[in-house]
Amino acid sequence: MRNEKSTEEVARGIRARVFEHTIRNNGGYLSQACSAAEQLAFLYNEALNLGPSTMPLVPPPFAGVPSAANPGYRTGAGYNGPFDAVHDRLFIAPAHYALVAYACLIEVGRMAPEGLEMFNRDGSSVEMIGAEHSPGMEVHNGTLGIGLSTAAGLAWGRRRLGHTGRVCVFMSDGEVQEGQTWEAVQAAAHHGIDNLWALMDVNRQQCDGAMDDVMTVGDVATKFRDFGAVVAECDAHDLPALRAAAATPHPGRPLIVLAHSRPTQGMESLMSRFPRLHYVRFKSEEERARMNAEIAAELGVAPVPLETQ
Amino acid sequence: MEMVNRPYAAAFEAHAVQHPEVLCLSADLTSSCEIDGFRDRHPGQFLSLGMAEQNMLSFAGGLGLAGFRPFLHSFGVFLYRRPYDQLVASIAYPRRKVRLMGFLPGVTTPGGMTHQAIEDIAVMRTLPNMTVLEAGDATEVESIVAEADTVDGPVYCRILRGAVPRLFDTPLRIGQMRVLSEGDDVLVVTAGVTTEEAIRARSALAGAGVSVRHLHLNTLKPFDAAQIVDHAASVRHGVVTLENHLVNGGIGSMVAEALAEAGLARRLVRLGLQDTYAHGGSRPYLMRHYGMDALALVRAIERLTGQSTGIDEGALEAVRVEAVHSAVKAEAL
Ligand SMILES: Cc1ncc(C[n+]2csc(CCOP(=O)(O)OP(=O)(O)O)c2C)c(N)n1
Repeated sequence: MRNEKSTEEVARGIRARVFEHTIRNNGGYLSQACSAAEQLAFLYNEALNLGPSTMPLVPPPFAGVPSAANPGYRTGAGYNGPFDAVHDRLFIAPAHYALVAYACLIEVGRMAPEGLEMFNRDGSSVEMIGAEHSPGMEVHNGTLGIGLSTAAGLAWGRRRLGHTGRVCVFMSDGEVQEGQTWEAVQAAAHHGIDNLWALMDVNRQQCDGAMDDVMTVGDVATKFRDFGAVVAECDAHDLPALRAAAATPHPGRPLIVLAHSRPTQGMESLMSRFPRLHYVRFKSEEERARMNAEIAAELGVAPVPLETQ
Repeated sequence: MEMVNRPYAAAFEAHAVQHPEVLCLSADLTSSCEIDGFRDRHPGQFLSLGMAEQNMLSFAGGLGLAGFRPFLHSFGVFLYRRPYDQLVASIAYPRRKVRLMGFLPGVTTPGGMTHQAIEDIAVMRTLPNMTVLEAGDATEVESIVAEADTVDGPVYCRILRGAVPRLFDTPLRIGQMRVLSEGDDVLVVTAGVTTEEAIRARSALAGAGVSVRHLHLNTLKPFDAAQIVDHAASVRHGVVTLENHLVNGGIGSMVAEALAEAGLARRLVRLGLQDTYAHGGSRPYLMRHYGMDALALVRAIERLTGQSTGIDEGALEAVRVEAVHSAVKAEAL
C-alpha cells in the first residue's frame, strides 16, 4: 500500500487521537500512546509488508465467539490485510495497547475514525482489551506473555509452508516478568525461527508503577541474548534508529528490538502523575481541564471541547 | 440500597494488622485489588511479586510451609488459569493456608475472555482440599477476609470491589447459606452478583403471585447438598440456578448432582453462561446478553410454572449502572 502520511505524521496522529479520546472519556491508556506511537506508526507505515485491509472501514459489531455454531466467525486480522504467503502478520501482545493500535489503524487509513467512538461500547468489537475479533487483532493476548509463543509457532509453520512473509510481535516490557516469554525465546532460538521478530516497548512501567519498584527485571538485553535471540536496542522515539534496529540481520535466530521509550513522550504534563501512568484517569475536573489545555498545547492541537457540567 | 465503597480494602487491612502471619501478595494489580493503601501503610507485610503469577502461587506455597498465611491478590482468572499446575502442586495438595482473593469474577469485568473467570468455580471445586467462597454483597466482602483465614487449608474467594451494595446485615459464615425467602412454587439459587439480580425481580414476582424460595450461597465448597435437597423438596415446580459462571461445573451442576444423588425429581433450569465464552462489555449488558439477569430469571420461572407472569423489563427494579469512571473504582481495569 502506498503511504499517504509520513511515519512522523502517523505517530503525531496517534498521540492526538488517544489524547482526545482520553480527555473526552476521562480515562484511557494514554501513556502507552506516548511510549509506543512511533513504534506502531513505524510497523504499520513502513516496517511491515501488509496488504490492503479486507475489512469494512467501520468495524462490524461483535458477532460471537468461536464455536461450531458460529461458522461465520472471523478475527480482526483482516484490518492488517489478507492472509497469504508473502505478507507479514502482526500480533499486538499487550492487548491493553488496543486503543493506541486502533488510533494507528485510523491514521493509516485502515479504520474509519468512527471506529474509535465504538471503543468499549456494549456490543462493539472495538474492545478495551483487544480481543481477537477486534480490529487489527488476530489472537487474544489480554493474558500477557502468550503473544511471542503463538507468533513463534505461526512463524515456524509459515516457514514450513514456504511463506516469505514474516511474523512480528509488538510486545510490552512487563511481559518479561512472565516466565512464558523466556520459554518462547528459548524455543524460537532452538528451532532457528528467524522469520520472527519482536518490537518491545521498553517504557519501564507496569500497572503498579515503575518496574524497578514492582519487580526488577535486570539487563533484559543480555538475558534475551543468553536465551538465543539477536537483540537490537534503540531510542523508541528516533525513527532512523528504529529503522536501523529493525534492519539488524538475525540469521537462524529471532530478533528482539528493545525500543527504549518514555511513558510521557510528547505529553510532558503527564509527569505530574508519575509513577501512576498505567491508566490515566483525571482525579478532578480541574485536573482534566488543565491536562486538556496543557497537552493540547504540547501536541499542537486544539483542546478537546468539553461539555460544561 | 446502601452502597459501600471499597469494602475489601478496609476489611483486609483491619484483619491483617491483627495477624502478623498474614502477608499481602500482589501481582502488579495492587490498586485494582484495593490493596494499594495497605501496601503504602504496611510495607513490611506486603510482597510485590510482579506480573508472574505462576511463581507467585508456588512462592505462596513456600510461605505457607514457613508458617505464613499469604493472601494472594489478582483478578480471579490470573490466579488459576495459567498457574493451575502450581495451584495444585504447591497449594492444594499440601493443604497450604493460602488465601486466593479473586477479583472481577465472571462477567463483572469488561476485559473480555482473557479477564473473565467463568470456569473458576468448576476448576476450584473439583480440586481436593480446596474451599471455595463467593461474596455477594458488602457485608460478605467485609467478613470473608477473617472467615477465609480460619480455614485449615487453601481457600479461593470471589471478591467484589469498588462500590458494593449492602444486602445483608449478618456476616458470611462458612457453610451457612442464606434463606432470603421461603416460598413454595419455585426454588431460586444464586450467589455473588446474581443474588442482586434475583432481588431485582422479587417484588414483580410476588406481584404476579409466584411464591419464590430464594437461597443465597456464599460457600460453594463444602457444598451443603442436604439443605439444597430439603429446599428443593419443598417447592412445587422446580429449581432455577442463576450464576455468574458457566452452567457446566458451577452451581447449576452442584445442584443437579445434589438432586440426583438424593433421588429427588425436580426440574432444573440452569442460567449462566451456556457453554460459551463471553466477550467484553459492561456488566448489565453482559448479564442481559448471556441470559444471566433478572429478566432471564423471570422467563426461566415461567418455563417451570408454565404460566406467563406478564413481567417485562419495566416491572423489574432498575439495574444499577456503575459510572465508567467512578471515584471508588480502580483506575485501570
Ligand atoms: C497474565 C496477566 N497478568 C496480569 C495482567 C494484568 N495486567 C494488565 S497490563 C499489566 C502490566 C502492564 O505492564 P506492561 O505490560 O509493561 O504494559 P505498560 O506498562 O507499558 O502499559 C498487567 C499486570 C494481565 N493482563 N495478564
